[in-house]
Amino acid sequence: MSSAFAIDVRGVTKKFGTRTVVNNIAMQVRPGEIYGFLGPNGSGKTTFLRMLCGLLTPDGGEGKCLGLDFRRESPEIKKRVGYMTQKFSFYEDLSIEENLEFIARLYGMPNRKAAVQKSLERLGMVERRKQLAGALSGGWKQRLALAACLIHEPQLLLLDEPTAGVDPKARREFWDEIHQLAAGGLTVLITTHYMDEASRCHRLAYIAYGNLLAHGTVAEVVKFGGLTTWEISGDNLAALADKIRKLPGVEQVVAFGTALHVSGRDEKKLSASLAPFMTGSQRWEKIEAGLEDVFISLMETAKDNYA
Amino acid sequence: MVQFIGNMSFTFHRFFAIVMKEFIQMRRDRLTFGMMIGVPMIQLILFGYAINSNPKHLPTAVFAADNSPFSRTLIWGLQNSSYFDLTREAHSVAEINTMLAENKVQFAVTIPVDFSRKLLRGEKPNLLLEADATDPSAVGFATAAVSQLATTVINRDLIGPLTKLRASAPPFNIVSHQHYNPESISQYNIVPGLMGVMLTMTMIMITGLAITRERERGTMENLLSTPVHPAEVIIGKIVPYIFVGYVQVTLILLAAKFLFNVPIIGNVPLLLALVLLFIVANLTVGITFSTIAKNQLQAMQMAFFFFLPSLLLSGYMFPFRGMPVWAQNIGECLPLTHFLRIVRGILLKGNGINEVAPDLWPIALFVAIMLAIGIKRYRQTLD
Repeated sequence: MSSAFAIDVRGVTKKFGTRTVVNNIAMQVRPGEIYGFLGPNGSGKTTFLRMLCGLLTPDGGEGKCLGLDFRRESPEIKKRVGYMTQKFSFYEDLSIEENLEFIARLYGMPNRKAAVQKSLERLGMVERRKQLAGALSGGWKQRLALAACLIHEPQLLLLDEPTAGVDPKARREFWDEIHQLAAGGLTVLITTHYMDEASRCHRLAYIAYGNLLAHGTVAEVVKFGGLTTWEISGDNLAALADKIRKLPGVEQVVAFGTALHVSGRDEKKLSASLAPFMTGSQRWEKIEAGLEDVFISLMETAKDNYA
Repeated sequence: MVQFIGNMSFTFHRFFAIVMKEFIQMRRDRLTFGMMIGVPMIQLILFGYAINSNPKHLPTAVFAADNSPFSRTLIWGLQNSSYFDLTREAHSVAEINTMLAENKVQFAVTIPVDFSRKLLRGEKPNLLLEADATDPSAVGFATAAVSQLATTVINRDLIGPLTKLRASAPPFNIVSHQHYNPESISQYNIVPGLMGVMLTMTMIMITGLAITRERERGTMENLLSTPVHPAEVIIGKIVPYIFVGYVQVTLILLAAKFLFNVPIIGNVPLLLALVLLFIVANLTVGITFSTIAKNQLQAMQMAFFFFLPSLLLSGYMFPFRGMPVWAQNIGECLPLTHFLRIVRGILLKGNGINEVAPDLWPIALFVAIMLAIGIKRYRQTLD
């Protein structure tokens, strides 16, 4: 590989009509890294992935994907990338085995039968090989899609919300598999809404309204967010929440089962506003801001700046 | 690094992948598969048995005001021509008009009161044949049969001294031969033509859905993310339906021979070879439509837009030479027009490759243009 990065792009832009969906985004992903791509719905994550694998033509930007020019060499990039779409996009009227064979044929696998067999074994679907893909449950469809994306042994895996609607156990197994693959040298770019998944990524990027707002490791992103968070536990939390919501410096008041999280970027203002309430029977504790709080804070800021 | 330009070329393994997939999907989709076999059978029965442009045994009323041996001979003659079934007897002109108006009869024959008297006097009496001509094709042959009848049927009664009253021989004889289908049996024309109509309908409709379906089900996104080439997708999707086309052609040929007794004079292997070009022509239309249409419904509508002029202007429904020039010009652009000439030519006239050649190249040209549009229109991105 000529570049130290699996993905190294700059200035990537895409417009649909007059609307800029992806605005001047740069991204660097190291080989063997699991890179999380987060952002609210409609923020341009899918569009960015589609541009990387040549499904959409970018309006601007340059750079390399797997050492190939991502704008001019997409046919070559397609051969080395596995792309798993958000919606199940294999053939529901084909069986598991037929879907895998079809993909293996398309990529011209030299040892097709063996590749399909290996894939079936790893999926644990050897006995169900004849079952139609349309008859599978959500979790199994997702596993089939992953297996089909991997059959041609790609160097880069693009996963677009792969775990949406999948139960926690299946999600955990899925992530274990992703980590195994990454350990084997595969680069993974994955979009998700789940915070627990975000924290399983080596590094992540947060995008909203087409703009890249933050990137780095989880700790770096949290630090970048610059949030101060108080955790309050005790009685009468709902009444307290109503009282403090509108105070200066209070940006987020989030109720959990037995606790309230109050966050703001301006630590002094926040503490000043909250000080009068700290006298009650509740327990007050300053904690580290959660990733979710940071993202919501980033999104609110972005809305002010771009919307 | 491998040069990427070379990688955009057609490869057999990817083409074959598409072909295999399409075969499996075709087998799984019972309804469509049933339609591909069922529609030809229904059309065969409807067009083959139900449509007859030379109808016989038409209900006829007779008002015989003159009850003479001549009248009886005349009536017997009409009945014998097999065009007329004398189903009703009328007793007045008004009654005849009512019968015609109420669609009780197709024809009414009036033999006037003084028919035999005038005949004997040599005054050439009139015989009135009234027809419900709302559908001209239904009465044409029958009317012609009557005029033939009038000159000959009475002759057998004009014997002895009356011989001189026989219709004098015209100065010349018109000898007419109806070639290829002397008895004017509609099926001879319709059944071979049906082969073309059916292929046009089913091939365009089914392939019209081919690419739009991938787009609607979301599988297109997946397909586009693989290194597959447009030509591999398009040609790969066409090939399985060529086999279906041949199944339909075989069905029609068997029905033509064994159900409708259509005389098959020409070279069947030649026809089977040329059918390929016509099948491909229709498949490329369908595929091109499906690259343009946004969803399956639109693809279906476009298929009908193409099918209708094909049916009406190709010479299948109405005689091609009877159409105005502009309609003929449109017809000349349609592959069905040329295929009808080829299939009727080979089956009924026994034409060889030399005779059908003028109709081959227009179809070939059509395929080339459609395929070019299809491949150009096939979007390799989701833009």
